[in-house]
Amino acid sequence: MEKELRLMKGNEAFAEAAIRAGTDGYFGYPITPQSEVMEYLMAEKPHERTGMVVLQAESEVASINMLYGGAGCGKKVMTSSSSPGISLMQEGISYMAGAELPCVILNVVRGGPGLGTIQPSQSDYSQSTKGGGHGDYRLITLAPSSVQEMYDSVKLGYELAFKYRNPVLVLSDGAIGQMMEKVEIDAQVERLSEEQIREQHPWATLGRHNGRERNIITSLDLDPARQERHNEALQRKYKEVEEKEVRYEKINCDDADYIFVAYGTSARICQKSMQLAREKGIKVGLFRPITLFPFPKKELHEMAGQVKGILSVEMSAGQMIEDILLAVEGKVKVEHYGRMGGIIPAPGEVVDALEQKIVKG
Amino acid sequence: MAKVKGDIVVDIERCKGCEVCIDTCPTGTIAMVDAVNGKGYHYMQNVNDACTGCTNCAIVCPDGVIEVYRVKV
Amino acid sequence: MEDTLVKSEIIKPENRVYKKTDLMTEKVLSYCPGCGHGTAHRIIMEVIEEMGLTEDTIGIAPVGCSVLAYEFMNVDMQQAAHGRAPALATAVKRLMPHKTVFTYQGDGDLAAIGTAETIHAANRGERITIIFINNGIYGMTGGQMAPTTLPGMKSSTSPYGRDLDMMGHPLKITELVAQLPGTHYVTRQAVHTPSNVRKTKKAIRKAFELQHQNVGMTFIEIVSNCNSGWKMTPVQANKWMVDNMFPFYPLGDIKVDGKMVEG
Repeated sequence: MEKELRLMKGNEAFAEAAIRAGTDGYFGYPITPQSEVMEYLMAEKPHERTGMVVLQAESEVASINMLYGGAGCGKKVMTSSSSPGISLMQEGISYMAGAELPCVILNVVRGGPGLGTIQPSQSDYSQSTKGGGHGDYRLITLAPSSVQEMYDSVKLGYELAFKYRNPVLVLSDGAIGQMMEKVEIDAQVERLSEEQIREQHPWATLGRHNGRERNIITSLDLDPARQERHNEALQRKYKEVEEKEVRYEKINCDDADYIFVAYGTSARICQKSMQLAREKGIKVGLFRPITLFPFPKKELHEMAGQVKGILSVEMSAGQMIEDILLAVEGKVKVEHYGRMGGIIPAPGEVVDALEQKIVKG
Repeated sequence: MAKVKGDIVVDIERCKGCEVCIDTCPTGTIAMVDAVNGKGYHYMQNVNDACTGCTNCAIVCPDGVIEVYRVKV
Repeated sequence: MEDTLVKSEIIKPENRVYKKTDLMTEKVLSYCPGCGHGTAHRIIMEVIEEMGLTEDTIGIAPVGCSVLAYEFMNVDMQQAAHGRAPALATAVKRLMPHKTVFTYQGDGDLAAIGTAETIHAANRGERITIIFINNGIYGMTGGQMAPTTLPGMKSSTSPYGRDLDMMGHPLKITELVAQLPGTHYVTRQAVHTPSNVRKTKKAIRKAFELQHQNVGMTFIEIVSNCNSGWKMTPVQANKWMVDNMFPFYPLGDIKVDGKMVEG
């Protein structure tokens, strides 16, 4: 079958991917710059296309707790929001991590803190990759840097979410959400029947069929010894994720004296910066993490031995740089360059920063 | 008219001695006893043969500790 | 003849007229002696058993004293964050409309931190049943003032009594919910006497039946006691409830068949 190609906004691609991936329920609340996700879904009538439920909730707090309810029944559920809304969801995300519930959450990041701006930013890196809410937990965090990757993150997100029974966060930003690019659309995945869910997810609360023991979805255990064992099991899961699920892309790294480390929109800027720097004779490559948790620590550690310096380029005050520093263990100089407040750095600025902070420094 | 006769079986160890049941008994069959169970609660018991098996005590018992039996005589 | 009937002749399986339902687990209830939670749990489970809904019921437990409701109710259960049970139930029911879905929530959970979830689930007419236990206090955290605490009523955070100027008025959220077009059946009941238990059980049965008639939300408030929080014996607490709670929270149907009850 010939692949279907469409020109779409990142947010729309995500929404179409949601329908195509066999999502059972989307629950969301409007916030700029991601409102197109729910608008697209409502216009597409997925309840007619696949039976998918789309519901506009009264708040992000309600949305994420609707995900908890749906995920507890073994359903494929998702939401989307932007930074302030994602902050509101942190309680529910923590509960979902504690109760080990799968879901896909899209954060189309805007600048903060507070109401901040509606322009793109990457200032939610730490919130996304270190847990975000209360308690010791991690979210599997995917960082798309194109509209195609926005689309693909839904399917991959569900795969990982159900494999590890853990929320997956797609960390995008206002630029990728709003930009239009060519997207390859794949075939419709059927939604699972109740019988299939019973087989595949025996933990789901679908009702006590055939006299089985009741299923309970909870994050509570008042017995400290059992609660510690639960925490240890979660930590083992996160470690397994770190061992098996690292994804990244390397561009022009083989002959590089220096590397940019950047994800999402920053990685797109760095591609141009790389070209400009190479025209000046500075051999720089790009290391682009695709998973931010698990962070490609081992790979960066190896690269640190091969280059003279690393520039972390982020649209933030420098959050990912902390993970880079931990990964390279002092083997090479690491500096940060970033813009805040919704400003996307120009490729030339990044080259200047590379020269000032790394090459000459 | 047929008369009924009842009796109850109390799960003494689960009774918390709240006494909510006592006043619901129309025949004064049940009362708190001086003894205590393993948790240290006084518990309720039937103290005479007047039970009609009306189930009132069992229905209001928050802990569901009472089984009720009834026969027509 | 009856005088000669001995215990062993009465206590036989065929003569049993009441036994706790198997849909209550064997776990000893964590509630204080005399607390209405146990009775409320049991009659919900009785209705589920009698209606044959065991295989298709999902219950949502709250945060509060009944946070562990899932330990006692022997059906599939989810435990929600504080106040969020109606959001969970919304998704469960929307994704599986043929299931029976209920939330079990206290007054702090439902009428304070979860007000938005309660009102909006009701306003959307979610086909769920909310069972709301109102004892006018936060029990689990140690007897603090609740949104439902009566005027002048003492609690650990209103030690001189609820001062309406300073602390605001008690919230009759059930009357509020009844005003919304999304609710179909709204009633206020109690479980402190056998006849009240029977009425409440009937209300629960009616609500569960209505869930499958696609008519809107069903909402049952159960005015209950908190003898520990109120610092009384269970029997005193039930009397205090009748004398003080019932005048402010009168028992009876508030909305039936989608229409407000006159009176």
